[in-house]
Amino acid sequence: MKENLCKRIIPCLDVRDGKLTKGIKFENNIDIGDPVAKAKQYYLDGADEIVFYDITASSDKRKIMLDVVENVAKNIFIPFSVGGGINSVQDMRAVLLAGAEKVSINSAAVKNPYLIEEGALAFGSQAIVVGMDVKQVEKSEKIPSGYEIVIHGGRTFCGIDAITWAKTCEKHGAGELCVNSIDADGTKNGYEINLTRLICNAVNIPVIASGGAGKPEDLIEAVTKGGASAALIASIVHYGNYTIKDLKEKMKQANITIR
Amino acid sequence: MIAILDYKAGNQTSVLRALNFLQIEACITDDNHTLLQADGVIFPGVGAAKQAMNRLIEQKQDILLKELVALKKPLLGICLGCQILLEKSEENNTQTLGIIKGTCDKFNETWTDGIDENNIPQKIRIPHMGWNTITIKQESPLLKNIKTGDSIYYVHSFYPNPENKDLILATSIYGKEFPAIYGYNGLWAIQFHPEKSGEIGLQILKNFYDYCIKK
Repeated sequence: MKENLCKRIIPCLDVRDGKLTKGIKFENNIDIGDPVAKAKQYYLDGADEIVFYDITASSDKRKIMLDVVENVAKNIFIPFSVGGGINSVQDMRAVLLAGAEKVSINSAAVKNPYLIEEGALAFGSQAIVVGMDVKQVEKSEKIPSGYEIVIHGGRTFCGIDAITWAKTCEKHGAGELCVNSIDADGTKNGYEINLTRLICNAVNIPVIASGGAGKPEDLIEAVTKGGASAALIASIVHYGNYTIKDLKEKMKQANITIR
Repeated sequence: MIAILDYKAGNQTSVLRALNFLQIEACITDDNHTLLQADGVIFPGVGAAKQAMNRLIEQKQDILLKELVALKKPLLGICLGCQILLEKSEENNTQTLGIIKGTCDKFNETWTDGIDENNIPQKIRIPHMGWNTITIKQESPLLKNIKTGDSIYYVHSFYPNPENKDLILATSIYGKEFPAIYGYNGLWAIQFHPEKSGEIGLQILKNFYDYCIKK
């Protein structure tokens, strides 16, 4: 029996100073184009949702991102979310008013989990995605799953187990979790399926698998073995190896419900 | 002109942008006169039922909405707007507008949607978030050029349950079959987000506008 709710394919556009960019393992970012044009292309190509991640996140440049958000909102009529540098309810409001459907908070939530709650109260849980950056570490008393929450693009270890953190986010009212494996990010070697499955089993909110997509089979694995509701993609479509249509076709052939 | 009721609850601007894209004259307003003069009114909303009801009551917009319906002004409720046209919401046990008889109920975490690779039924995740398909139950001017199997975008934890099942125009399935659209000519309620449902959603908004100006 197939599910009724479609699995989502979500291209992620990293934006710096208003330009589209993509790096490997959070380093060596190179500019690859205009985010609004790219978003429109993905919308027409069948993207189910789009994520913009503002990697500049320096406060003086935030206005540029809000302009991008406004332009995107005028041109595409599917949901999109914005992450990067969102540290307060005011930041969330600015992005949502500019036309985003959801905000994604990451390190700010780790520093203050009540920010999730404040956001959910102000805008509803559906608007609050918590992005979790995760690195595999040795299993320990403190990190029993062997997956640790990291921030600052993976440079700072937080001493929090990813499973515990996922449950905390759900409890505080997150509407969705985006689980990004820093180890897999940009490698095109496939998602961290074990991590994805562990998080999916731990919470009852939708989980987006992120980091590592290189071929259609990776996405299929993320939503079957991994149990994810959605798969985040970047390099696999940005550089023209595959189109979103190609990926969806392959997923349909694998008997996955796709729009 | 389409007036979008401003009661400080969510996605008015996305609805406005979609109408602008369709080159339909529209505004977001809390001005009674403008709302009463409009060809049709859209009643959107995202967030919690209780807060939304409190705001409506504070600004006497609950009375205005009932007046619009009494005057047979075409009205389109979207998402939260669709839910609070009913009498009561399970969300914080909130008394809602009661323009249409019925309740708004919560998805049950024990319901299932599909099976996993080991043939085990998968429990639904709440909110119901993402793309699902509709099954059309009745013809309606609102559903011109829309067909069963078309995909639409949902984000919600509660679903409308009107008492009179004859009002149900289209359904979707998530754990169980629930109303996606209910109402009658000139008073429609849509649980999903037409303003975020790509071409299909834009078509529905256009259908509403076409109905409004023909009337």
